[in-house]
Amino acid sequence: MIGLDLVYPFAGLIFLAFAGSALRDRSHRKRIGNALFYALIALSLLAGDRLGDLGNGVLVLGLVAIAGFGLMGRGNAATTSPVERAAEAAARRNRLFLPALAIPATALAGTLAFKQMPALVDPKQATLVALTLGVTIALAIGYAWLRPRAMTPFDEGRRLMDGVGWAAALPQMLASLGAVFALAGVGDVVGGLMGRLIPEGSLFGAVLAYALGMALFTIVMGNAFAAFPVMIAAVGIPVLIHGAGGDPAIVAAIGMLAGFCGTLMTPMAANFNLVPAALLDLKDRHGVIRAQIPTALPLLAVNIGLLYWLAFR
Amino acid sequence: MLVLSGILIIVAGFVLRFNPLLVVLVSALATGLAAGIGPLDLLAAFGKAFNDSRYVTVIYMVLPVIGLLERHGLQERARTLIAGLRGFTVGRLLLGYLLFRQVTAALGLVSVAGHAQTVRPLVAPMAEAAAQQQSGDEERDEEAAAMAAATDNVGLFFGEDIFIAIGSILLMKGVLEGYGIVIEPFHLSVWAIPTAIAAFVIHGVRLMLFDRRKRRP
Repeated sequence: MIGLDLVYPFAGLIFLAFAGSALRDRSHRKRIGNALFYALIALSLLAGDRLGDLGNGVLVLGLVAIAGFGLMGRGNAATTSPVERAAEAAARRNRLFLPALAIPATALAGTLAFKQMPALVDPKQATLVALTLGVTIALAIGYAWLRPRAMTPFDEGRRLMDGVGWAAALPQMLASLGAVFALAGVGDVVGGLMGRLIPEGSLFGAVLAYALGMALFTIVMGNAFAAFPVMIAAVGIPVLIHGAGGDPAIVAAIGMLAGFCGTLMTPMAANFNLVPAALLDLKDRHGVIRAQIPTALPLLAVNIGLLYWLAFR
Repeated sequence: MLVLSGILIIVAGFVLRFNPLLVVLVSALATGLAAGIGPLDLLAAFGKAFNDSRYVTVIYMVLPVIGLLERHGLQERARTLIAGLRGFTVGRLLLGYLLFRQVTAALGLVSVAGHAQTVRPLVAPMAEAAAQQQSGDEERDEEAAAMAAATDNVGLFFGEDIFIAIGSILLMKGVLEGYGIVIEPFHLSVWAIPTAIAAFVIHGVRLMLFDRRKRRP
């Protein structure tokens, strides 16, 4: 069955090509650091399951050392000039969109199709497998049509990757921190504190504590998934569901969405908030968060209102 | 209480602008040691979780295609296309993208779009071009690019929970079952709809206001 055992090695080979591209770029001041970083990510994707837990831990230490000592940076990789690009854009017109759209289109069609073939493709990984197929198709079209040198797509991809830099590993690091927090029982301690903060006898106060607790704990952890078990145990189950007779489906569903409002406001949700700022070359590292806060705060208030009015009828 | 030191380290580390990878590792170390976990066990637990979460990093496999197409003028073409469409404003573009993202996410198609796949190559350059055209500004409009990324996140977050087989729904079901409360995923996903509508209205109004602000030079 095709699943992550295809997706990870494929992504690993691409990171290996990034590492090679960085190493070859003699104009790049920090090419060694970048190349090592990409090579370690490639190693993780290609052979992570064979390294053992401690081996993976050592790999993480390597990534942190490279990033922490400031050994990474952007290069000025050779690419086409704005004038050349404008000329090509004028000549090639809308056909340029075809390979770019081939990726989401294949991901879409593949997800739907692969779910019908559980014997061939792992249904849980249908989208990632379809995405891999889409990238393969788009790359094939790109080579056939644009006739680049073999390494050019990887040099160009590495140019974008340099913009993201060490932030590429941050989402995985934060997920691992969440695992350590769970192991250390951080959630129970926070839940205990929250439980003591709730004003006695006030249903609105309890709703407020639950929803704001979801948002705040998500801001700290970068992930509503980590906040949910803590807040449902501290406030949701004892006070809102058992105490006030709230509908468990509504308390859970809207509580999770209150947490998502927190995700919009935190640099800890790196893959949603910091990585896109890097991918889009924004001068303001927190530009995406700034654009989201005016949506997140009113939406959080709406969630508090919905919880209060819908869950206790 | 000592296990909360990790949270303090995270906050302080971000405020003082240390390298976030370093901050995260130090926070994990402090938390684990405070909880009495040995250093080697801690490193192994951290490494295992790192290995288990590799799926978030595979998305960078799209970059060679995007980079190659950019080399041949993809972003320029996206801008020209927008410039040629009359009545096409940054607000309407992003409103349409918000709807597309919410609806596809609600159908479980969360990875068909995203920051690397669609925002960087297509949506952001189009939004920037539309905003520049409206304001008559020559400079790159980073605000419009940030708004494009924000719109992707809002659409994804407040669409995906309507799909019954998404991770967060399964997590809620599992946690509630631990307390003896059995709920069908369908009931959880239905109650994501009111917030999804509110998200569309709130972010939509903001996009329209953004649009109007860009129209006045």
